Amino acid sequence: MPKILLLFAHPRYEQSRTNHALLRGVGELAEVTFHDLYEAYPEFDIDVAYEKKLLLEHDVIVWHHPFYWYSCPPLLKQWIDVVLEFNWAYGPKGNALADKTCLQVITTGGGSEVYCSAGRNNYSINTFLRPFEQTARLCGMRYLPPYAVTGTHKLTDEELRQHADEYHRILISLRENASVADLKDCEFQDDIPPQLTIS
Amino acid sequence: MTGSILFEAIAFLAGAIICVPLAKRLGLSAVLGYLLAGILIGPYVLGFVGEEGDEILHFAEFGVVMMLFLIGLEIDPARFWRMRKTVVGMGGLQVAGTMLLGYLLFSWLGYDWEVSVAIAMAVALSSTAIALQSLKEKGHFDTTYGSASFSILLFQDIIVILMLAVMPLLSPGGETVATENHAETLNLLENLPTWLRGLAIIGSVVLVVAGGRYLIVPTLRWVATWNMRELLTASALLIVLGISFLMELVGLSPALGAFLGGVVLANSEFRHELESTLEPFKELLLGLFFMAVGASVNFIVIAADPLGIGTIVVAVIVVKAIVLFGVAAAFGLKMDDRLLLTVGLAQIGEFAFVLLSFAFQLNILSQEQLDIMLVVTAVSMTMTPILGIINERLLLPNIATKEKEERPTDEFTATHKVILVGFGHFGSTVGRFLRAHGVEATILDYDSNRVDLLRRMGFEVYYGDATRIDLLESAGIAEADLLICTVGSPDTTLALVRKVRKHYPALEVMVRARNRYDATDLLNDGIENVYRETLDTSVKLASDALNKFGFRKYTLYRHAQQFVRLDEESLRRLAVQPRHEDEYVFRVREEIAQQESLLEADRRRKPFTEDTHWNSELRALLED
Repeated sequence: MPKILLLFAHPRYEQSRTNHALLRGVGELAEVTFHDLYEAYPEFDIDVAYEKKLLLEHDVIVWHHPFYWYSCPPLLKQWIDVVLEFNWAYGPKGNALADKTCLQVITTGGGSEVYCSAGRNNYSINTFLRPFEQTARLCGMRYLPPYAVTGTHKLTDEELRQHADEYHRILISLRENASVADLKDCEFQDDIPPQLTIS
Repeated sequence: MTGSILFEAIAFLAGAIICVPLAKRLGLSAVLGYLLAGILIGPYVLGFVGEEGDEILHFAEFGVVMMLFLIGLEIDPARFWRMRKTVVGMGGLQVAGTMLLGYLLFSWLGYDWEVSVAIAMAVALSSTAIALQSLKEKGHFDTTYGSASFSILLFQDIIVILMLAVMPLLSPGGETVATENHAETLNLLENLPTWLRGLAIIGSVVLVVAGGRYLIVPTLRWVATWNMRELLTASALLIVLGISFLMELVGLSPALGAFLGGVVLANSEFRHELESTLEPFKELLLGLFFMAVGASVNFIVIAADPLGIGTIVVAVIVVKAIVLFGVAAAFGLKMDDRLLLTVGLAQIGEFAFVLLSFAFQLNILSQEQLDIMLVVTAVSMTMTPILGIINERLLLPNIATKEKEERPTDEFTATHKVILVGFGHFGSTVGRFLRAHGVEATILDYDSNRVDLLRRMGFEVYYGDATRIDLLESAGIAEADLLICTVGSPDTTLALVRKVRKHYPALEVMVRARNRYDATDLLNDGIENVYRETLDTSVKLASDALNKFGFRKYTLYRHAQQFVRLDEESLRRLAVQPRHEDEYVFRVREEIAQQESLLEADRRRKPFTEDTHWNSELRALLED
């Protein structure tokens, strides 16, 4: 059974209603390792050896973070910069992450309608996440379509609960391995495909 | 006028106090001032000191011994070993060359061959006292020509033993004239067979080296535990006198022995302490030595044949200069280094007094020849500072500047010189962190047990009271980029900081302060870099405590930084206020209240919540 490493990077987690809802109970899921980067490295001194060891022990890597200024918070960028080493994660001899799966989970304040050519932000979320997609590719990982919870401040408690359920279902199906192919078919993961259910 | 010891002491001291500052004011070297003072108070001008000049000279030679001990302290064995080729090469070439030319000169002047050889030996030697003192005075000891000069002088110190040994072979009848002078040197080994003497000499050198490591250092450690300065001073003098005595006993040069002793102790933690303790003695005794040389210039002999004496002096200096210049050129010194070395060593040295007197006792020299050569020696020594001035003012600016070496561009290779005062819990952490970054500090501490322990663990720690500016100077404060004071006592810190600022106002200083009050005093004293030991750690503890209640670490980290910054700012605002007790207390309360209100405002403002609304339409909705 594939193991999931959930790398969570949120500098102000205590103030995020959405992320509290999404992550409630996630740590208790079997085969899921919840790794809270801002709590582990408040001074940004990332333990590279430990991070590499964690990566090797898991098959699915989840980058979960709020979508600030069309990108990730600085600690996750720092994590990418220092952990994904040359000739380890990439480069001629770098194949430590080959054939692993990478999923990016983001929360945005703006609604999905502002992430298109007609909207305020002009581009789609997928377009904004291209650097991450390419990062995963360079490391030989399968980059799944990102899962985004948008317009977080307008979500009702009920909607938020639905998102949390979806998120858990994605994690579980990734763990069950069978549905990765299904997830691949999704173009934009604001909504989960209906055929994906807990088995 | 002469007679009383007290009166002579007064004459010497007063002469020095009047003449040396005068020489300095005129831009001349202190050595010249001493020499002039000696001539002035000597038997031929004012007559304050008389025939005892010889005895004084002998006594004052301890100045030379101490100087060599101190020089030894600056040269650790590894460096000494690296110097061996220069010592033998340059020194050997210089002595051989000068002896050859000197022999030819004096033969040509009509002296017998034995006399010429004896005089040539004396002429080959330069004055360690004058040359090294001039180097030290100008701060040129560590330059190329400085170390070359020192190598040559060191070789001469060694070779003089051999010269004294072969001198009797030149003696016509071998019969010894009245041994007034020689009897003073208590030589136990005179009647022993040669091989036993050799063995005794080797044995005593081994004794100095082994004794330095296994006897002197432990003794100093033990003395240091008593915390009495004067005991350390006494020990330092005892070391030098003891080595000198031992060397004289076996017929070696005390200066050479002292130098060896110094080299052995160069790696010990007491190096700087010994240096600063002996420095004043050395200076005084050397001054006395130079004055005694000045006083021994026999003007009656000069008056008898001024032209003849003058000719010999000039000829000797020229001969020595030619050889020295040639040696310097052969060893690849630059033109200005060559000139400085040549002029610095072109005199006949104090060993000549010993050699010539010995030759006289052995019937090699006549009384007249002895008198002439003693005068020539004294005058040539007196000429050195004068020639030095001529060289520096006239020759160097015109000849040598063209060859001046360009400054090396990679200044980054220079080591960062840090002096770390105090190596307790605070200082050792500082030192370890610096060391982890390849920055080795020169460490001073006043706890001899700790110094001992830390040295065994491989730290470069020295024992001594850092509030003494002379100790800081021997630790190299003049070349230091930074001084870090981690002493716990605020009084010590303030005293140290004030002295350092007075003597080295440009040196950057970083200090530890125990608390807000000490920090205020230090800030008021004008120190920029004050570090309160009670600030960062307590905030860190509080952060960790809050984390246990579920506060997020990153948030706490940022708040802690903010808190520390606010605290520092308030402290600095307070420090500029004059410290009237009442007003101060009032202001402290005000500041604390202000800090509280700032933090409270910060908490209410929730400075980060704004960002979580990033790019959303409804900014006010979150409050939950």
